[in-house]
Amino acid sequence: MKKLISGWTLIKLYTILVYAWMFAPIVAVVILAFNPQQFGTFPLEGFSFKWFVKLSQNSTIMEAFQNSLVLGSLTAIFATAIGVPAALAFIRYEFRGKDFLNTMLIAPIMIPEVVLGVALLLFIRWLQQPKSFALLLIGHVVLTLPYVLLIVQARLVGIKREYEEAALSLGASPFQTFREITFPLLAPAIFAGMLFAFTISFDDVTATLFWATAQNQTVPVKIFSMLRTSISPEINALGAVMIVLTVSIPLAAGYVARRFARGNTP
Amino acid sequence: MTQAKDPAFVRFKGIEKRFGDLVAVQPMDLNIPEGSFVTLLGPSGCGKTTLLRMLAGLENPTRGDIFIKGKRINDTPIHKRNLGMIFQNYALFPHKTIFDNVAFGLKYRDVSKTEMKEKVEKALETVRLPGVGNRMPSQLSGGQQQRIALARAIVIEPDVLLMDEPLSALDENLREDMRREIDNLQMELGVTTIFVTHDQREALSMSDKVVVMKDGFIQQQGEPEEVYNNSVNHFVADFLGHSNFLAAQVKTTRKDGIYEVALADGSTCLASPVGDFEQGEKAEIVIRAQKMTLGYQKDFVQEEGMNYFYGKIKDRSYMGGEVSYFVEIADGQLLHVINFVKRSPYRRKDEVYIRVDPFHCRLLKQ
Ligand SMILES: Nc1ncnc2c1ncn2[C@@H]1O[C@H](COP(=O)(O)OP(=O)(O)OP(=O)(O)O)[C@@H](O)[C@H]1O
Ligand SMILES: [Mg+2]
Repeated sequence: MKKLISGWTLIKLYTILVYAWMFAPIVAVVILAFNPQQFGTFPLEGFSFKWFVKLSQNSTIMEAFQNSLVLGSLTAIFATAIGVPAALAFIRYEFRGKDFLNTMLIAPIMIPEVVLGVALLLFIRWLQQPKSFALLLIGHVVLTLPYVLLIVQARLVGIKREYEEAALSLGASPFQTFREITFPLLAPAIFAGMLFAFTISFDDVTATLFWATAQNQTVPVKIFSMLRTSISPEINALGAVMIVLTVSIPLAAGYVARRFARGNTP
Repeated sequence: MTQAKDPAFVRFKGIEKRFGDLVAVQPMDLNIPEGSFVTLLGPSGCGKTTLLRMLAGLENPTRGDIFIKGKRINDTPIHKRNLGMIFQNYALFPHKTIFDNVAFGLKYRDVSKTEMKEKVEKALETVRLPGVGNRMPSQLSGGQQQRIALARAIVIEPDVLLMDEPLSALDENLREDMRREIDNLQMELGVTTIFVTHDQREALSMSDKVVVMKDGFIQQQGEPEEVYNNSVNHFVADFLGHSNFLAAQVKTTRKDGIYEVALADGSTCLASPVGDFEQGEKAEIVIRAQKMTLGYQKDFVQEEGMNYFYGKIKDRSYMGGEVSYFVEIADGQLLHVINFVKRSPYRRKDEVYIRVDPFHCRLLKQ
C-alpha cells in the first residue's frame, strides 16, 4: 500500500515553512526597499532606487554609517590586538589562574547584553565619567573579544607544537619562530576573528542603545529610533544595505580564509 | 677522521626529571659516544621522550647536567644548541615549500644564497628525493615527508641528530626501507644519533648501542648482541625477543661456571649464571625461544652436559620460514620454541624433546 504523504515529505514541508518564517521578513524588507510608494503593498507598483538616493542624502544616517564603520573597525583592531596574545598565552603557556581568566574573558558571550549594557553604564557612573566614544568602544571590545579568543584558540590547538619545536631546533629564535611559523599558520583565524568582531560590532543594537551618546549613534541604533517616530521606506533601504553588508562580509571572510588556508593545513 | 672519538660526546650527569610527583626520568648518568647510533628503548611512558627532550632543550631537567662536546648546555636555549630533530609526525612546515623547509635552518646560519641552494639540493639528493623542491609537504607521501624531515635536519650539520619514533607513523614495508636508509645515512655522515623507539627490532637492527629503559630507570645498556644475549634481568629478557622463564633453585655450583639448578618439577637443569649465586638461592632461568631445538626421541642421542625437556606440542603457528611452537613440559608449563622448518613441521599432540645448551639457559637473580 502506498501512502500519499510520507513522514519525510512532512519533515521537508515543515523545514520549508520554518525557513520561510525566518527569511520572509528579511526578503520583504529588501523587496520593499525598491518600492516607489510611501506605503508598502504587494505586488510592487514599480521599481525604483529612490529610497536609496534619499538615504544617501540624509546626513544623520550617513553620519551614523560613518560612526558604525569607525567603531566596527576600531573594535576589530582592539579585539584582535588583545585576543591574539591572550589566546597564545592560554594555549601555549601554563600559569596560575589560567582557567579562571579564560572563563572571565569568554563570559560576555553568556551574559545577556542588557545586563552587560547596564553594568558598564553603572560602572562608568561610579567612576563619574560621562558617556563617550571610548566607553562605546570598550563595550564593543568586551562584547567581541570572546569570539576572537574562541576562533584563534581553536586554530592554535590545531597548530601542532612540533612545528614550533622543529623551527626552534633548526636555530630560529622564539620570535623568529612566531613570525615564520605560528603567525602564518594562524593568520586565517586572526583574519576571521577580526571580521567577526567587525560584524558583531556593526549590527549590535541592545548594548549599544545603552552606551551610545547622541553624537555617536550607530546605524542599528538609528534605525531603532527612526522606527519609533515613523515608518519611512528609507528604513527598508537602510535595512537592505545592512543585510547585504552583514551577510557579505563574513562570506567574503570565509572565502579569503579558505584561500589563505590552502596548503596551510596538513 | 684522525682524531680519537670522544666516548662521552653527549653526557648526561645525574639527570632527573619530575613532573609534579611523577618521576619521568630517575637520576641517571649516560654517555653517548661520538659518531655512534644510540637507541633509547623501552615501553610506553618509560621516559625516553623526556630524556630526549631534555637534551633538545624542550624540557628543563629537575636536577643534573647535560654536556655536549664537554660543554654544559643546561642554560643554552634550544635554538643555539645546533641539534637536528626528527619527529614522529614529520612536522614539516605545511605552509612552506619543500625547498624552504629544508633551507629553514640555513637561514639562521651564515650561509650565502647560492651556498644555501647547493646545500639544499645536496641534502635532497642524499635522501634520494631530488627535484621536489617546489612541491608542498602535503603533496608528498608519509615516507617522503619523513625523508624531507631528515634532509632538513642534516642540512644544518647538527652536532647530534635526535629522532623520536620517526618510523612509527609509517606502514610496515616502508618502515623496513626507512630503517635501512636512516642507518646507511647515519653511517655515511657519521653524525652522533639518538633514536627513540619502543620497537625492539628497530633498536637491535640499527644501533651501535641500545639503552633499555623502564619506569625512568636505565635497565641495561650495551651493544645489541650483548643486551640481547646477556640480558641482565627479567624485564630486559622479556622485552627483547621471545623468552621463556622457569623458576629455579641453585643446587651446586661447578667450576666450569655452569650451575646445577632444580626446576619446579624437581628435575635438574644446567644453567649459566649471570652474576653470583649462593647455594639454595631461588632464581630464574631465561631461555630464548630460538635457542631451543625440537626433535623426536629418535633424533637425539642424549649427550652429557646438555639439557633435555620432554613435552607435548600444544599449539603451533606457521610463520613461513619458521614455526612457533608451544610445548607443554613436565610441570604443565608452556615453553615457546621457534625453530626453522627442516622437513615438515611438528604437529599438535606430537611428543617431542627439546634440547638446549646450558650456555643459553641464563640464570638470573629474582
Ligand atoms: N609535560 C608533561 N607533564 C606531565 N607528565 C608528563 C609530561 N611529559 C611526560 N610526562 C610523563 O612522564 C612519563 C614519561 O613520559 P615520556 O613521554 O618520556 O615517555 P616515553 O617513554 O616517550 O613513552 P612513549 O613511548 O609513549 O612515547 C610518562 O608517565 C608521562 O605521562
Ligand atoms: Mg615518547
